[in-house]
Parts: sequence; structure tokens; C-alpha cells
Amino acid sequence: MTRLAIELPVTPDDRRIARLAALAIGLTLAEAAIPSPLPGVKPGLANIVILLVLLQYGWRTAAWVSGLRVLGGGILLGSLFAPGFWLSATGAFVSLAVLALARHLPSRHFGPVSLSVLAAFGHIGGQVALAGLWLLPSAALLKLLPLFAAAALIFGAVNGVIVARVLAAPASDRRQSVPCTHP
Amino acid sequence: MLLRAGDLGVLLAGAGLVAALTVFAWSGDRGDTAVIRAAGQVIQTTALTHAQRFSVSGPLGATQIEIEPGRARIARDPSPRQLCVKQGWLTQSGQAALCLPNQVSLEIRGRTPAYDTLGY
Repeated sequence: MTRLAIELPVTPDDRRIARLAALAIGLTLAEAAIPSPLPGVKPGLANIVILLVLLQYGWRTAAWVSGLRVLGGGILLGSLFAPGFWLSATGAFVSLAVLALARHLPSRHFGPVSLSVLAAFGHIGGQVALAGLWLLPSAALLKLLPLFAAAALIFGAVNGVIVARVLAAPASDRRQSVPCTHP
Repeated sequence: MLLRAGDLGVLLAGAGLVAALTVFAWSGDRGDTAVIRAAGQVIQTTALTHAQRFSVSGPLGATQIEIEPGRARIARDPSPRQLCVKQGWLTQSGQAALCLPNQVSLEIRGRTPAYDTLGY
């Protein structure tokens, strides 16, 4: 008898990445509903998840979650492979690259707030660089740079404080430590 | 503890970056128009929005003018001392590069003119 169902082996790691990516995608969708006066200025709530994953499970898992978040968010928002998708992907990529370096900072002095602010600057930096090179090669973008940078600083700091508080909370409060049950 | 010593440093550095960008992007009057003259006559007025090249002929030969988003320069000029070429990129309203031997000039203008008139 031939087996019709192809079963791929799923490791606990895969389940964890899928669960966290779903959480990040959920936040991305919720955030898309928030009106923004300037495209590109967003709270970046999904970055809270990425940062928590980075600090708890390492950079590789964070990169997976971030990549799936960009892809899943693109599919669900209907912007897959549209300019907005590439901006999002570039921002996520640069932000991950910044985090890869920044996580080696001594943790005695640099907490989640530092990582979050640096990641936020990486995010908006990557997006503005791509937008400037590809979409809007004009001087107008230059005038918006201070606004983008200020938004990155504020939202990065707020997200960082949220991450620090979640990490400081007792482990029993954290949904993330609940094992994933297979139906 | 929410904030560690380095976090404050990063926040301050970030605030410094925002301040520096504000000064860089919003201070001064960044020009948005280039005015090209030959022998005293305006021959071209163009916005500094996209890359363009102009060739203007004068008594000595052709002067190449290069426009890029937000800036403009004399790229090549037959004048013997190359003063206008050496001025490099012009960005601020009121800046001008003069190639006197070839009677060509490039001037940047913003929304508010820096001078009422300029006599060369």
C-alpha cells in the first residue's frame, strides 16, 4: 500500500518558530490598521517579538521569525512583492544585521532598550536607503529624514522598555514558555 | 532594571543623530532650482529633482553642467584655472559657480532668494 500523505518531520524548533512568527504576523496586521501620517512611520510592534526571540532563542531563530513575518505579512496584507514589501524586507534585513552585531555588546551595560533602538534605526535606515535609491531618488526624502529618525528613536525606546518588562516578568506569566500541544 | 548605563548612551546618541539630521536637512535654505547663464543670458532654469546633464557653449568651448537631486556642479569647463569646476557640488540657495573665461555661470536658487541681485 502506498502512503498518500507525505509527512515532513517537524522539530520542536519548527513549531516554536511557527508559533512566534504567527504572533509577529498578528502584530504586523494589527499595526497595519493604525493610521499613520507618514508612510514608514509605524510603531514596529512585531519588533518586540523579534527582540524577545533574539534574547531567548538566539539570532538564527530571530532571523527565521523575521523572514516569515515579512513574507506572511506581505501575503496577508496583499502587498507581496510590491514596493512596500521590499521596503519591509530591506528594513527587516538591515535590522537583523544590526542586531547580529549589537547582541555582542556587553549585556551588563546594554539592555533590550539599546538593542531595540539600534534595530529601529537599522530598520528605518534600510528602508530610507532603498526608497532613496529606488523609489524616490529626490531631495524630498532628505527633508523627511529627521522625522523618520525621531520616530525610530521613540518607538525603538518604547518597544525596548516593553521587551525589558516582559523579560523581567515572572516566567509563569509568559505565554511563550507554554509547550505547544499537537492536535 | 529597565535602563542600563549603555542604554542611556544609546538613547543620547540616537537623540544626537536626530538633532544632527534636523540641522542637516532643515537648516539653511537648500536650493531647489539651478539657473544656468551664458554670456549674461539665462539659457536654462531647471529643478534639482533628477539627474540631468547640460552642455553650454561659450567662447572657449563647451561647459558641462551636471544636475543631481538636490545639487548641481560644473563637471567640465575649458577655462584655464578650472575655478568653477573646483567649487564642486552646490547645494545651498545663493551659491554660484562662475566660469568667467567661458562666460558661463551656474546659480542655485531656493524658495527665498538669498540676494536681491548679484553683479559679477
